[in-house]
Amino acid sequence: MIYEPSLMAVIFFVTIVLGVLGISWYFAGKTRSSQSYFAAGGTIHWGINGIAFAGDYLSAASFLGICGMIATAGYDGFLYSIGYLAGWVVALFVVAEPMKRLGKYTFTDALDAKFNSKGIQLMAAISTLVVSLCYLIPQMVGAGVLIKPLLGIDRVWGIIGVGAIVIIIVATAGMKSTTYVQFIKGGLLIVFSLILSGLILFRGFSTDPGEDYHKYQSRLVSETASGLVIENPQNGETIIKTIKAGDLSFVKTLSSQGSIWWVVNSQKGQLILDEALSLEKTNDGKVLYNGAPMEDRKFYNVGHLNEIIMDKKAVQATGPLDIFSFFRILIDSSITRFVDKSFTTDDAKVTVWYPVVTAGEELMRPGIKFKVDKGSDFWSKLNFISLMMALFFGTAALPHVLIRYYTVPSPKDARKSTIVAIGAIGLFYVLTLFMGLGAAASGVLDVESSNMAAPLLARSFGVVLFSLVSAVAFATILGTVSGLIVAASGAVAHDLMDRYMGIKLTDDQKVMAGKIAAIIVGLIAIVLGILFMGMNVSFLVGLAFAVAASANLPAIMMLLFWKRTTARGIAASIGVGIISSLTIILLSPSMFERYGMAGMAPIPLDNPGVISIPLSFITLVLVSLMTPKKLEVKK
Amino acid sequence: MGHGPATDWGEDKAIAYKTRIGLILVSIYGLVYLGFIIINTVFPRLMGLRILFGVNLAVVYGFSLIILAIVMGIIYNGLCTKKEDLLNKRGGKK
Repeated sequence: MIYEPSLMAVIFFVTIVLGVLGISWYFAGKTRSSQSYFAAGGTIHWGINGIAFAGDYLSAASFLGICGMIATAGYDGFLYSIGYLAGWVVALFVVAEPMKRLGKYTFTDALDAKFNSKGIQLMAAISTLVVSLCYLIPQMVGAGVLIKPLLGIDRVWGIIGVGAIVIIIVATAGMKSTTYVQFIKGGLLIVFSLILSGLILFRGFSTDPGEDYHKYQSRLVSETASGLVIENPQNGETIIKTIKAGDLSFVKTLSSQGSIWWVVNSQKGQLILDEALSLEKTNDGKVLYNGAPMEDRKFYNVGHLNEIIMDKKAVQATGPLDIFSFFRILIDSSITRFVDKSFTTDDAKVTVWYPVVTAGEELMRPGIKFKVDKGSDFWSKLNFISLMMALFFGTAALPHVLIRYYTVPSPKDARKSTIVAIGAIGLFYVLTLFMGLGAAASGVLDVESSNMAAPLLARSFGVVLFSLVSAVAFATILGTVSGLIVAASGAVAHDLMDRYMGIKLTDDQKVMAGKIAAIIVGLIAIVLGILFMGMNVSFLVGLAFAVAASANLPAIMMLLFWKRTTARGIAASIGVGIISSLTIILLSPSMFERYGMAGMAPIPLDNPGVISIPLSFITLVLVSLMTPKKLEVKK
Repeated sequence: MGHGPATDWGEDKAIAYKTRIGLILVSIYGLVYLGFIIINTVFPRLMGLRILFGVNLAVVYGFSLIILAIVMGIIYNGLCTKKEDLLNKRGGKK
C-alpha cells in the first residue's frame, strides 16, 4: 500500500525526536556515577516510575501488534491484552518488593544476593541478553513499519534511525533519561488511546466506511462445460484463469480495467465471485498489486461491517454509541474480514486476500486465530494454554521490567509504582479492544501489515490525529527499546564484566563500559530488526515472554519461597529454560513456515511455555537437591 | 560494584505479612485466570453467552480480569501500608 507522508507528520516526528534528545542532553551532565547510570540513582518518584513502567512495558507489540491482531482476528487478539496485564499481578504480589530488597542494578544482583555465585552471574546475564534481544527484535520491526507511512522512507532506514536515536538516549544518560522518555511516552500513549477510543464510540458504526473506501464487487457466474462464465460481465471482463487452492477456488479476470482475482463462493445454490485483493510476483520479476504496479494505486484498504443489527433491526449507521451498545451491536452484526491465501500459477506466485463474512458472535469470542473451537485438536489447545501461561509468568521475569524496581527509593515505592503501572496498563489494554475492533470496521486496514491498524484508524479521523498517533507510536518504540538496551548494557557491564569476570574498573570506567555495551547492543538490534522485517510484532513478543518465563521466573520464585534452593540449581534452571524454550521455538511450525518448510516442524507447538517452564522448575529442584546447600551460601 | 541495595530504607518488620497476603492474592487471581483459560479451551462457545447488557461472557470476563487486577492491587497496597505503619512506625513486633 502507498502511504502519503505529510508535513505535519514530519513536524510531530521531529518534535518527538528533538524532545527525547533534549531530555538525554539535560540528564547527561547529571549522570556521573554507575548508580546514576544503571538505576537513575534510586531517586525516581513512585508515581513517575509507575507511568514509566507503563511506558517501558507498552511496547510496539501492545499498541501496534495487539490492535492489529484484534482488527484481523477479533477477540483472540484481546487475549494477548488479558495475558500481558495478568502477568503484572505476579509482579506486584510476588516479585516487586523482594526484587527491590535484594538487588541493586540488575535482576542478577537479586538472584545472586544470597550466593555470590559465578554460575548465577553468568547464566542470569546471558538470560538478560537473550530475552532483551528477543524483545528488541519486534520493537525494531515495529519501528520499520511506522517510519514508512510517517516519513515515506524505507523500513530499513526506520530501523537504523530508531537504533541510532536510542543509542544516543541510553549512551548519554542511561536510566535517568530512559525513565523520563518512558514517562512522557506512557502518558501520551494512554491519552491518545483514550481520544481514539472516544472518537470511535462517537462516530459509531456504518456499513459504508467512507467515500475513499473501495466498493468491493460481486458477480454471478454459471458453470458450463468449458468452465465458469460471468453472467453480466462489466468492461468486457472474462475469466482467464481458474485455480483450486485447498478447499477454495479462485479465478482471475481480465477486462479493460485490468486483471483482478476473485474467490468463488456459493450462496443459495448460486455461484458468486467476490472481489479479492492480490499480490503477484511474476516469473519475470514484476510485482503487481491487483494486476498493476503499486504506483497505479489499485491496492485498497479493507475491513467493513457487512450488516449492522441495532435493536434487532438492520441499519446503515448507528450514530454515537455507549460502551455496551458498541459490543452488543458488533456481536449482533456481521463483519467482512479479508483472509490471505497463497498459491502458485504457471506465471507467478500469488497471494490473495479474499473477503470472508464473519458473524459478530464468532468474532467476539475465541476461535479465529487460536484453534480452540472449530478445527481444534489437542495440540492447538495446548498451544493456546502455553501462550497464556507464558504471558502470565513472563511479565515478572522480563529484565527490563525488573530493573525499574531499582530506580525508586524503597520497596514500598516499588510496590506503589507497580500499582500505578497496573492501573495505567490495564486502562490501555481495555482501550485496545475498542481501537482494534474500531479499525476492523472502519475500512482502514492494510492487508500487508496488520501492525498499522491503530495509526490507520487514526488517519480515518484526519491527518492531524494520524500524525500525532504515529509520532506517539514512534515514541513508544523509543521508550521500550531504551529500557531494553539499559537492561542489556547492565548485564554486560555490571553482571559480566564487573561481577563475573571481576574486572576492576573505576566508577567512571563502569559508566563508560555501560555506554559502550549500549552502543554494541543497539547495533545488534538494528541488524536483527532488519532480518526479521515482516513478522507480527505481538507474536514475536509472545515468544520473548516465553523465554523470560522459562529462564527467569522459576529461579526468582524458588529463590524467594524454597529454602533448599542452591546457586547451582538456579544456574542450571536458567540454562535449561533458555535452551528448551529457544529449541522449541526454532523447531515450531511458525518458524518452519519461515524456513520454507511448512508442515514439517517436528514439534507441533508454537509457544514453548507449557513444556519449558515446568522443565526449568524441575531442573532447579533436582539440581538443588543434589547440591550441598551449606557449601554454597555466601560468607 | 558489590551487592546490596541502591538506597537505604531501614528495617521492614511487615515483610512476612506482606509475603503471605501477596501469595494469597496471587493464588486467588491465578484461580480466576485459570478459570478463564479452561473455559476458553474446553468450552469456547460458552464465551459467547450474553451475560451483561447484551455483552458476552468473553468481553465481560476479559474486562473483569483487568479490573480485578487493579482492585486487588489497591487492596494489597492498603493492607501493606496499614501493616507497615503499625509495625514499623510504632515499633511493633513482626
